[in-house]
Amino acid sequence: MAAFLQQLINGVSLGAIYALCALGYTMVYGVLQFINFAHGDVFMVGAFAGYYCAPLAAKLFQPQSALGAVMVLLTSMTVCAALGVLIEKLAYRPLRDHPKLTVLITAIGVSLFLEFAGQKFFQADPKPFPELLPHAQYNPMPNLVISSDQLIVMGVSVLLLAGLHFIVRHTKLGTAMRAVAFNPQAAALVGINLDRIISFTFALGSALAAAAGILYAMNYPAIDPLMGVMPGLKAFVAAVLGGIGNLPGAALGGLIIGVVETFVGGTAWSAYRDAIAFAILIVILLVKPAGLLGRTEVEKV
Amino acid sequence: MNHWRAHRSGRRSRFFSSSASLAFLSALFTGLLLLFTQSGCKPSSGNAPGGDTIPVGEYTSLTGKEATYGISSHNATRMAVDEINSAGGVLGKQLRLICEDNQSKAGEAANAARKLISRDRVVALLGEVASSRTLEVAPIAQEAKIPLISPASTNPKVTEVGDYVFRVCFTDRFQGRVLADFALKTIKAKKLAILSDLKSDYSKGLAECFKERFVAKGGQIVAEPSYSGGDKDFKAQLTAIKGTEPDAILVPGYYTDVGLIVMQAKQLGIKVPLFGGDGWESPKLLSIGGAALEGHYFSTHYSMEVASPKIQSFVKHYQERYGEYPDALAALGYDSAYVLADAMKRAGTTESKALRDAIAATKDFETVTGKITIDAERNPQKPAVILTIKNGQFKLLETIQPD
Repeated sequence: MAAFLQQLINGVSLGAIYALCALGYTMVYGVLQFINFAHGDVFMVGAFAGYYCAPLAAKLFQPQSALGAVMVLLTSMTVCAALGVLIEKLAYRPLRDHPKLTVLITAIGVSLFLEFAGQKFFQADPKPFPELLPHAQYNPMPNLVISSDQLIVMGVSVLLLAGLHFIVRHTKLGTAMRAVAFNPQAAALVGINLDRIISFTFALGSALAAAAGILYAMNYPAIDPLMGVMPGLKAFVAAVLGGIGNLPGAALGGLIIGVVETFVGGTAWSAYRDAIAFAILIVILLVKPAGLLGRTEVEKV
Repeated sequence: MNHWRAHRSGRRSRFFSSSASLAFLSALFTGLLLLFTQSGCKPSSGNAPGGDTIPVGEYTSLTGKEATYGISSHNATRMAVDEINSAGGVLGKQLRLICEDNQSKAGEAANAARKLISRDRVVALLGEVASSRTLEVAPIAQEAKIPLISPASTNPKVTEVGDYVFRVCFTDRFQGRVLADFALKTIKAKKLAILSDLKSDYSKGLAECFKERFVAKGGQIVAEPSYSGGDKDFKAQLTAIKGTEPDAILVPGYYTDVGLIVMQAKQLGIKVPLFGGDGWESPKLLSIGGAALEGHYFSTHYSMEVASPKIQSFVKHYQERYGEYPDALAALGYDSAYVLADAMKRAGTTESKALRDAIAATKDFETVTGKITIDAERNPQKPAVILTIKNGQFKLLETIQPD
């Protein structure tokens, strides 16, 4: 029982990070109908922004203080939001009237560019991520250990999800986003500035990726320029699994991938943990091609 | 994935209208890739092949996952070559070290070696710490009859590839035996779990060699989960291991993964010692694993603490030149260049057959990592050391001689 709960907690805290990252894929898909493959690398840049900002935060506030951690998180989210907007402006906007495949391939190019530029500027060897907050462990029952990092991951993820839900459902920008996702031409006709909304979508998605990057780096403190590849792929799978274009679907998909991966990793089949996570995607898509929560609703974002 | 379907049924022709821009983009990215991948190695200065220099190839991992190994080993190899050259070179010529980076990637090592052999016409190859990548290159070197000396690939299979493949480090057969004896005698472990990297020949090989000896001596393996090198999350496997209550955990992996593993083991409340092989040896291990490493052990090739004048002068020069302490990989890279230069001198030529025979005949050659005598299997007989981590530093625990 304790082992089961332990794996569940391990899985949920990993899945929460996938979920945050998956939201970016699904939001961009919602408004532009293409997969932004550079998203996983924005996640990586987020972790590195945190890495370089952390010493500054430690100097401004006390080392390992909550304020410092919040500052690192917010700075990194801002940097990545700007990066997301920039990527969209330079790489995707000029191709907006081109076939989706062209944009898709450009996205792969942007992804490679970020990875190799990262190797050039951050160096390729893994860097130890500083401890933003003191580690603590809780023992609610024998053989069950919950680390403070796991709690932080879950807490911050829930907060950010709630914030995103509020923005998308209850603000003017969010309403405009949903309108663009629903029908871009009609949205433009009623006076919505498409460019602005698309920029905003990229900013929002990239900020979430940055938050995911920081949380990931706090939990697994060895960061390198290729660290975004696997989580990016898994988050993409999570987004598809939940029904791409659907926000709750992305969060659900992330949790499922994280939990499944962890449970498989704890069995004799640990060598196949990624393979089984992807096999489950195939099975679900065979049964429900639109994903778990996909497209039964009219609204996409 | 609705948009795929829409495209496939309705707008197929638009896929193809963009072929020109696709071609342009792919050309652009290939260019960028080349630009970045070339940046690791410094351009080699020197003359054309066949001139008054002797071209020696080195393929190594200067970037990527195992970069600190590649860089340590490369730095020390370069230092050795410079020392040899400033002492007058070999056979009246200067050695010219030509280095190719393989980015710690499968496949790239073979490319690098082919390039060095066919383009640069190197007379010998030095290289690679990771066994997986040396195993890639060994058949190429064997076929081209270019002697290959690996500084630190410990997997037994490496030198079994052919009679042109050598190494200057001990093998995992020896290291596995050392670790098994250590587990039984010093840790007094009877029940053991092994967490190995299924992507790495080194890790799998060391685990096998360990298991053979450990089980033969009455030990029991209670769990054997694996991970894939580069993974970040090991909590699933560690939670499963914790449930089997082992006395110790063998982690025959590389430092980045190991750092994260010991950390997560501590977070999960695992209190038994973790130990591993020479893949642990890197300053990065300490910076990633931090306090979680205290009291764990690993075996490796040499320790800076040994007071031999050879080691102390190497440590001093390396530190002056690179501003950091040399690890075991540096020591082995350094030794590989000296073993090669020594063989060239004894052969009196760089012709491949004569050079091979001279390397094979290396006997009682003093190096930083001990006296090297190459045996019939083209492996050296050398001692191993066991280090432990105390107060954030590697400390020498014991030295184990070959039998």
